[in-house]
Amino acid sequence: MKFTKMLLATTALTATAGVASAQDMADEMTLVSWGGAYQNSQQKAYVEPYLENHPEVSVTWDESSNEAVAKLRAMNEAGNITWDLVDVVASDAIRLCDEGLAMEYDPEDLLAEGDDGSSAEDDFGDMIVSDCFIPQIAYSTTFGYRTDMVPDGADAPDDICDVFDLETYPGKRALEKRPINNMEWALLCDGVAKDEIYDVLATPEGQQQALDKLDTIKDDVIWWSAGADTPQLLADGEVFMGSTYNGRLFSVIEEQDQPVAMMWDAQVFDLDGWIIPTGLPEDRLARVKDFVKFATDTQRLADQAKYISYGPARKSSAPLVGEHAELGIDMKPHMPTNPENATNTFVYNYEFWADYRDDIDAKFQSWLAQ
Amino acid sequence: MTDATDPDKFTGATPDNALRNSDRAEEQAGPVLAADGTPLKRSLSRALRRQKLRALGLIAPLLIFVLVTFIAPIADMLFRSVENQIVSNTIPNTVQALTEWEGTGDDLPPQSAYEAMYFDLFLAAEAKQHTRLGSRLNYEQAGISSLFRTTGRSLDDIGDDVQDVLEDMDESWGEGPFWYDMMWVGNSGEAARDLFDTKRSQLARMTGESLSGDVNFMPSAQMAEMLPLTTQAYTSWAIFAALVDGDTVKEEEPWEAVFTALAYDLQNGGAERVAAYDGAGAAQLQQAVENLDQIPQIDFQAIMAEADEDWNNVANWRTIKLYSPDYTPGYFLNAVDMQDGLDGFEARPENQQIYMMLFKRTLFMSLMITGSCILLGYPVAWILANLPMRTANILMILVLLPFWTSLLVRTSAWKVMLQQQGVINDVLVWLGLVADNDRLIMINNQFGTIVAMTHILLPFMILPLYSVMQTIPPSYLRAAKSLGATNWTAFWRVYFPQSVPGIGAGSILVFILAIGYYITPEIVGGTTGTFISNRIAYHISSSLNWGLAAALGSILLAVVLILYWAYDKIVGIDNVKLG
Repeated sequence: MKFTKMLLATTALTATAGVASAQDMADEMTLVSWGGAYQNSQQKAYVEPYLENHPEVSVTWDESSNEAVAKLRAMNEAGNITWDLVDVVASDAIRLCDEGLAMEYDPEDLLAEGDDGSSAEDDFGDMIVSDCFIPQIAYSTTFGYRTDMVPDGADAPDDICDVFDLETYPGKRALEKRPINNMEWALLCDGVAKDEIYDVLATPEGQQQALDKLDTIKDDVIWWSAGADTPQLLADGEVFMGSTYNGRLFSVIEEQDQPVAMMWDAQVFDLDGWIIPTGLPEDRLARVKDFVKFATDTQRLADQAKYISYGPARKSSAPLVGEHAELGIDMKPHMPTNPENATNTFVYNYEFWADYRDDIDAKFQSWLAQ
Repeated sequence: MTDATDPDKFTGATPDNALRNSDRAEEQAGPVLAADGTPLKRSLSRALRRQKLRALGLIAPLLIFVLVTFIAPIADMLFRSVENQIVSNTIPNTVQALTEWEGTGDDLPPQSAYEAMYFDLFLAAEAKQHTRLGSRLNYEQAGISSLFRTTGRSLDDIGDDVQDVLEDMDESWGEGPFWYDMMWVGNSGEAARDLFDTKRSQLARMTGESLSGDVNFMPSAQMAEMLPLTTQAYTSWAIFAALVDGDTVKEEEPWEAVFTALAYDLQNGGAERVAAYDGAGAAQLQQAVENLDQIPQIDFQAIMAEADEDWNNVANWRTIKLYSPDYTPGYFLNAVDMQDGLDGFEARPENQQIYMMLFKRTLFMSLMITGSCILLGYPVAWILANLPMRTANILMILVLLPFWTSLLVRTSAWKVMLQQQGVINDVLVWLGLVADNDRLIMINNQFGTIVAMTHILLPFMILPLYSVMQTIPPSYLRAAKSLGATNWTAFWRVYFPQSVPGIGAGSILVFILAIGYYITPEIVGGTTGTFISNRIAYHISSSLNWGLAAALGSILLAVVLILYWAYDKIVGIDNVKLG
């Protein structure tokens, strides 16, 4: 008698527990990303396959990654987090983590093992630059130039310092309207050794040196603030060369078939990935965790490279990178991490820019306005 | 904008006039009485009050809506331009310790400041608040952000060392219940309630939560006297463990800062006091005293300097001291290119000055845009007002169509028109007016911004002008001419003065819209055509320096209000007509 009761009770408990765990996940998810081709690649590579397995889930996109940090801060102050998973660049992830707006996670617990059996932590390696950052892709900021505007008798530009060489390569340049990257390139072309650049840039004299170098081309620069600007300027023939994200240049060259080529020299590597906002309710958190585990596994990350030329953050994904989904071209030569492209590279110095961003930006903006 | 029942405007029997009359009558001969015997004044004001309340009730929904969704958020945002409580909330004891330090010379702050900073920062790091403070102070001094971040990572080390040594002596140092029994007031002892309350309110202010739950711990006064620092550190930990982490205090091993504090206490007079102690943990404490030489020497300055050598940089301490008050003029100073230095306020280095220039540029360009809108809009409005109704309506669509088109579309269209490979340049080259390799630069500068914004804001000038001009009877001009005026005199002396209210309304609209414009200067402004609003947007969404953004916004708001006031004084706001 007693035994049966207990048995019944246990069955009832397990049954409810089983039901509960299925119901414990929210059916709605708001993902935040950058819009455009990049968000499209996430939709195709992560979301659509996930929805096939979970038809009850509905996914909403919010194209707000650009001001994600500000908006998350405001949401946090208002006590109402409406986002479930946010795509941000690594430096923003560090800031969000610093401010306690992003959730710290345990890679072994949250992320899937690599296909080759390596642990998630090893598979992602150094890419996990912050305790809150779930890496997806490596991208780079690099230069593209108009092949039909290369002056007669000159070789195609293949050195970062060609950007500063107005005699050999006259014409406008497009540079981003912020000090990051530009200051490093300027110092590099002003004779500062690569491994001393940040030591020099930390001093007021070094900052002035970089600005002085930029001053030599200032009259020929168009400053961009959105990633789509440079591709447009190149396509219009408004500029001869310009910096932007390598995926944007890929689509100008391969998808739009413009006479543009890449100059991979001194490309600056940066990372992009997810963060989970802090303070999500249990059921939404459970759904997000389930999705993230799926969306960052080896195959999914490799699949994303079918749609956009950004390198997957997992080591185990690299061998799986194949051909473009629509154009059918091999994507490997277009990856910033491809050995031929990565002969001379920079890695975005998160710590340095976290400290000096405000300071150098004030000087940079005041220099721009003069 | 005067009161509708102002005696200047209306004579006769309005309620307000009746009130005034009764006032006057009262001065001459006692209160005037109404029919029912109550003083007329009182019965009138009662009737009036009811009326006013009803009027208020009618506008209440809108008033509340505007207050809640517009005025309150703006006020809250602007308040951030002076608010600075994060420093005293996060490191309260350090702020306290720094009050005794001058900070003017090259002397580093006293040991007590380092000690306070160690424990404040340790607690802040556990609560994950230290990097927030780091980002805040980094606006004032580059490098503090990483100073706080790296320090937060390595503050555990020294406490770990002490703990290892103590546990080698006696296992019980690593056990929660042992610590609890030692620090707890017990059933009969005297409690250090003040200490407990201080620590709880400090933690509550830091985390911004009320922290009202039950901690199940109360430090003993005896311990607080014998091992003061240890008791403080343990109390902080206990409150944190119970109320933030939700743990049971008795079962948990305290965090590293408690061990650091114990070592410090024993090395600084605690050893003698422990000798006479016979409560819980006495044996272990006395054993620790006997082996005091094995315990690492605690020197808070050295600990902090080891975590990051920048703690020996007096400039960082000076920044912390300078920005420790709850309210700061710092953001406003920054917004006018100044800073708070040792000898009062001073100008920023020249290569960092930007905001005054941007304010001036914003004002100048807004005036230019308003001026060109008047020049272009006036003739259009005149034609519209003087054409037959049917034709005017059709032409009106040409004015309104761009008005209804998306702002972004119109701005991008100007980009296509004005750029060097754009339509205008192409035409000029085709006509041979401009050489192909010397095309005009008409965008990404002030010219481009003024052209695009004039186009976008033109309807705001034309519409009020048109509605004012419509009310001017054409017979006035004919009368002037029949009296012998030339065309110009008739226009200038008769027509123009009557259209001034329209110019006034249009100018105010255009100018105030222009001064806060953001998206068009961002897209076509390049470096010389951007406005102050672009910097405000940058500080809101990129640099996250909301205090500075709020200060810049407050100044912009003040400038607009002052200009509005000046306009009212010079032209008179009553002369503005929207129709």
